[in-house]
Amino acid sequence: MPTMDARSDTVDLMAAWTVIDEQQNQSVESGDTLMLDPTVLGWERKPEGLCRDDICVPVPADVAPGLIDASRLAGLIGRPIAIDADERVAAFAAPAADRADTLRSGIAPDFELPDINGVLHRLSDFRGKKVVLYAYASW
Amino acid sequence: MWQAIHEELAPEGLVVLTVAIDASLDEPRPFVERAHATHPSLVDTEHRVADLYNMVNVPTVLWIDEEGQIVRPQDVHYMSNEVASITRFHNRKPLAALRAWVRGEAPAYPGDVAADTKVPTEADQEARAAFAVGWWLSQHGKADAAERWFVRAGELAPHDFTIRRGSMPIRGIDPMGPAFFAMAGEWARAGKPYYLPLPDTATSPEDYEVEPIPEISIGELQAKLAADL
Repeated sequence: MPTMDARSDTVDLMAAWTVIDEQQNQSVESGDTLMLDPTVLGWERKPEGLCRDDICVPVPADVAPGLIDASRLAGLIGRPIAIDADERVAAFAAPAADRADTLRSGIAPDFELPDINGVLHRLSDFRGKKVVLYAYASW
Repeated sequence: MWQAIHEELAPEGLVVLTVAIDASLDEPRPFVERAHATHPSLVDTEHRVADLYNMVNVPTVLWIDEEGQIVRPQDVHYMSNEVASITRFHNRKPLAALRAWVRGEAPAYPGDVAADTKVPTEADQEARAAFAVGWWLSQHGKADAAERWFVRAGELAPHDFTIRRGSMPIRGIDPMGPAFFAMAGEWARAGKPYYLPLPDTATSPEDYEVEPIPEISIGELQAKLAADL
């Protein structure tokens, strides 16, 4: 009687995933489980681990070279992640500690947003002036 | 009112930069047009500014100096007293403080800016990720999938009303309807503040309370709120 491995019965089709990194979207080809090249998030695999700028985090021995499971990668680099495998979309947020460090430093984080006519403006356009940043909503 | 402040204080070096945390450029448009805004009126559909500045409700106000330093942490300022009867925030103190700061007559904040800066938790940032997935799904015709992520985001950061209330219009829920009052009522009964003003803005515990608004139509309330821009 032949047995069938359920996993070998499904075809892990490569298809486009949307990966959102702090409100920036990119498209990544992957199978049903999102496997990522760390460079997508600005990290480089080196002998000493995953590195970005002058920071390196160790990579456990059981993490194979090459692409890394997105949840595993998020854990290694301390990024909160939300993954919807059915809809093939994943979002990485900034680590809370990064936000806390920046905000407590007092430096106003720069941003670029459209006005109601779609014209882009940056906070830093107003350097040299005092700024009231007022957030409101129609709701 | 913020437009009037912009006009008054622009000659003295102030820019009022307004950011609508809304789902499209069209939603704040009536507010901006009614105010005849000449100040930069931006729209943050993806909660970029909310994320960067850890904003969890509106209105949220920060003051930034000429060098790009935050000199007054996030606070709750309602500038039009049209809404003071509802919000219990009056513009007297923040308006005087703003004029004094712009004119160099007083520091922006009497307290310790870093100590009074609110920072997010890991769960708050997980909520940002969940919201981002929900937002993307909602923009790609996946309302049911989006709903699960918006709910999840609200569970992760129950104090974040840019998520819990701000997602309501995207989800087809009236943000000034029964769902909002049920949410706000539950929050108040749990003893949690809906608004988080700085100590020198809020003067009494009543400032924090949220009450149902029984004797005003939604249209009237919308008009009063629009007066703040």
